[in-house]
Amino acid sequence: MSSFTIASIPREELLAPGHRMCQGCGAAIVMRHLLKALGKDVIIAHATGCVEVTTSLYPETAWRVPWIHVAFENAAAVASGIEAAVKAMKRKGLLSKEKRVKAVAIGGDGGTYDIGLQALSGMLERGHDVLYVLYDNEAYMNTGIQRSGGTPLYAWTTTTPVGKLWRGEWRRKKDIIGIVRAHGVSYAAAVNFAYITDFYAKVKKAAEIEGPAFIHAYSPCVPGWRHEPHLTVKIAKLAVQTGTWVNYEIERGTFRVTTPVPKRLPVEEYLRLQGRFAHLTKEEVDTVQRMVDEDVEYINRLAGTVVIGPVERKS
Amino acid sequence: MVEKLAEFVANGELDAEFIHVESEHSALSAVVGASAAGARVFTATSSQGLLLMYEIMHIASSIRLPVVMSIATRAISAPINIWCDHSDFMAASDSGWIMLMGMNAQEAHDLVIAAYRIAEDPRVLLPVAVGYDGFWISHTVEPVYVLEKEEALRYAPKRVTWRALDPEKPVTMGPLASPEWYFEFRVQLQKAIEGSRGAISEALREFGQHFGREYREVDGFYTDDADVVLVAMGSVTGTAIPFAEEARKAGLRVGVVNVRLFRPFPEEEVFKHLENAKVVAVVDRAINPGSPFVGPLYSDVAVTAFKRGLDIPVLNYVTGLGGRAVLRSHLEAMVKHAYGFVGKRMRDVETHYGFVGVRE
Ligand SMILES: Cc1ncc(C[n+]2csc(CCOP(=O)(O)OP(=O)(O)O)c2C)c(N)n1
Ligand code: SF4
Ligand SMILES: [Mg+2]
Repeated sequence: MSSFTIASIPREELLAPGHRMCQGCGAAIVMRHLLKALGKDVIIAHATGCVEVTTSLYPETAWRVPWIHVAFENAAAVASGIEAAVKAMKRKGLLSKEKRVKAVAIGGDGGTYDIGLQALSGMLERGHDVLYVLYDNEAYMNTGIQRSGGTPLYAWTTTTPVGKLWRGEWRRKKDIIGIVRAHGVSYAAAVNFAYITDFYAKVKKAAEIEGPAFIHAYSPCVPGWRHEPHLTVKIAKLAVQTGTWVNYEIERGTFRVTTPVPKRLPVEEYLRLQGRFAHLTKEEVDTVQRMVDEDVEYINRLAGTVVIGPVERKS
Repeated sequence: MVEKLAEFVANGELDAEFIHVESEHSALSAVVGASAAGARVFTATSSQGLLLMYEIMHIASSIRLPVVMSIATRAISAPINIWCDHSDFMAASDSGWIMLMGMNAQEAHDLVIAAYRIAEDPRVLLPVAVGYDGFWISHTVEPVYVLEKEEALRYAPKRVTWRALDPEKPVTMGPLASPEWYFEFRVQLQKAIEGSRGAISEALREFGQHFGREYREVDGFYTDDADVVLVAMGSVTGTAIPFAEEARKAGLRVGVVNVRLFRPFPEEEVFKHLENAKVVAVVDRAINPGSPFVGPLYSDVAVTAFKRGLDIPVLNYVTGLGGRAVLRSHLEAMVKHAYGFVGKRMRDVETHYGFVGVRE
């Protein structure tokens, strides 16, 4: 991954400034760098969600690449159609055969883990040359922070409130890359913009591969996670350093962790910066820690070696 | 429908990308994406599949994409039933699509070709749906003249007349529109569909010039001197026309109107066939439960008459739901019942609708 350095990040901005994403929005960072990594020769199909509404308010647009939004659950299907159209028109000589135009679908966690899962599965199964990018802010932010299949354990959301009986979300986040992997795709990767060169390397690789590829992008959300806007990158970094988020890729069946973490920080350091976890008791933090430990063990098993080390407690 | 297209593609007769979608929702989404990218597209569905597409139908028309779809019109659940009526077609009739209805297999074929001419006309740029009765047309055998590819392309040449997604000229489609702009988008859609009539007439007329089969938005049979005019859509008109001829021999002056273009509703053309009638009998193959009209075709015909001050009884006969056959005897029962209202006015009608061919 080291071939790509900060200096190689293109200067040209394909996501125009002036969009309406919040200050400190993780998705805004994802989109900006995603477009830089992809370049101009793309057509984007975007699912309904926070990014879609904040970047396309008529009569303005933040997109300096061709872009279409159709609905919430169908970005993968729309992108399938775009890819098929480009293929057919090239074959018929209606489009230049030389130029590669990549179809890219973008969806939030709601649009991917939940309502768009079927369209995603169809797209992956059919083998379209489409890159699907999931920006995961772990709830339905656009409509007011309702939980999704990507919401983590104990997270407060407006539909998993903290009350006398409820303690926030009580289920675990779904293994979306596991689901994608089951379709036998050539490339799937988890990215985190706090590790920006890794982010670029993976997006570029995913876009270059012929056939379906999947990028799972970590995306903090200021109002949804209830954190300070200036802490976005810090939180993103802590997600990796605590083992809560693991940067990895699966390339033609081969699993590789791209950001090894020899010594983990306690998960508490990650949780305490976010208001959505403010209600957690010591026991609940321990439960989250155990869950992360289990996940890390699983990752190490897949990697065949200890790439994410044990928690090191500062005393 | 799609099975035949698959054969064409499998044999290399049709050079196309065939997308094996996992649902109708994705089918329409994929053709919307492909059309937005500049391709000519087609999909087909029925019944529950059409209802699943419903969300995307509105989006296709509002993004102004020339998608063409055929609909073998069928009943909707529950109870689940795979046979003919117009419940699906009517449920989609508020989605901003131009909607045509074929009365036999030849029309089901021809109108799809005409649909491309209409949809892609730069004055139109709207999706077009071509309905044809499920089973009565879709699953019965009739000889059909199939157009040669070259002939069809001469009549409807492929040109990208709409703004396509292209990295050389990036555009944003399907944006968010606030209260400041949304209304204008919807008004544009209404104006576009209203304004499509000229292009539709032209496409149908030229179809006749090219292939010798001319279709009109509305057909009228024996309506000049009819006492009772039956207004219907789809295959039932194929029963109604010979029935009217027979009824005339028995002294019942019956006329028949076939509505081929349902959206935009061709009011003038329909009205022309009603003005001399004494009673209008609208045959519906769907119910809009709880509406004051009951039948959806009835609502359009009744408003057409009302707007023009035609104060005669306009009655509604709902029949043939869920694949029940509509027989000449049913049409006879409607006409005989309608004859009872000759000389009356609408306000004299106590119950404007009835069900024909149903258990008591
Ligand atoms: C079928 C459908 N249901 C509900 C909605 C309303 N809706 C729009 S965006 C959204 C949530 C999006 O959540 P997510 O995909 O996680 O994206 P985010 O807003 O969090 O970025 C919902 C529920 C819709 N547009 N369509
Ligand atoms: S609500 Fe969250 S995801 Fe949406 S723009 Fe704000 S920070 Fe970004
Ligand atoms: Mg979300």
